[in-house]
Amino acid sequence: MIEFARNVRLWFAPQEVREEGHTPDYRFSLANERTFLAWLRTALALIGGGFAVDQFLPDLRWGWRVGLALALLAAGVLCSLRAVNHWVRCERAMRHDQDLPVSRFPALLSVVVAVVAVVMVVVVLAGWEG
Amino acid sequence: MSSTEGPAEGRDPGLQPERTRLAWRRTTLSGTVVAVLAVKTALHGGTSPLGVIACALCCALWLGFLLVAHRRIGVLATGAGHPGLATRQATMAVLCTVAMAACGAVLVF
Repeated sequence: MIEFARNVRLWFAPQEVREEGHTPDYRFSLANERTFLAWLRTALALIGGGFAVDQFLPDLRWGWRVGLALALLAAGVLCSLRAVNHWVRCERAMRHDQDLPVSRFPALLSVVVAVVAVVMVVVVLAGWEG
Repeated sequence: MSSTEGPAEGRDPGLQPERTRLAWRRTTLSGTVVAVLAVKTALHGGTSPLGVIACALCCALWLGFLLVAHRRIGVLATGAGHPGLATRQATMAVLCTVAMAACGAVLVF
């Protein structure tokens, strides 16, 4: 948690990352940037999914619809925050010639997406019955 | 390798700056889809003042994201010195995304 707070401080203090260690090969930095953007797209897709649930499942009960939509929106927020955090951590690791940080997040996100998908199928089927 | 290419000297055969530029474009496009869906949501359930404000905010945030992406694409296109992504830009892009989700929560609720 302290590590996370330190990283949050780094998001807003761009000079500090620049001053640490040495500048890595620019291609590694660009690859890191593309990974960051890919995670940001994932986040945007989750947010778009939240809107889509609200828009395209109008027969669902209000609670389920809003609950699913908010869950997807929250997942999008988490994903985007994690994207910038992971980017900063990777950038620092490269500057210090350390191993890249490992993360449980991809596994966690895929489990959450799978659960939401299953819930959506069940709710849509049950919603149409009732 | 000829040295008459000017700014493209020592050009990376993997075209990394170009790929990164296209990644920014793709991401902007994803943001556009979200903004369009937000507008659709706002217009769908009857226009309430709160919904219109959230929708306008979403569009403004999309413009903010577009600006960040445009700046970054401009830097990558010149290819001078290959400056890395500034932390402030990354944070701005993420803040725009998070704020869009917050507007979405207001619209959905």
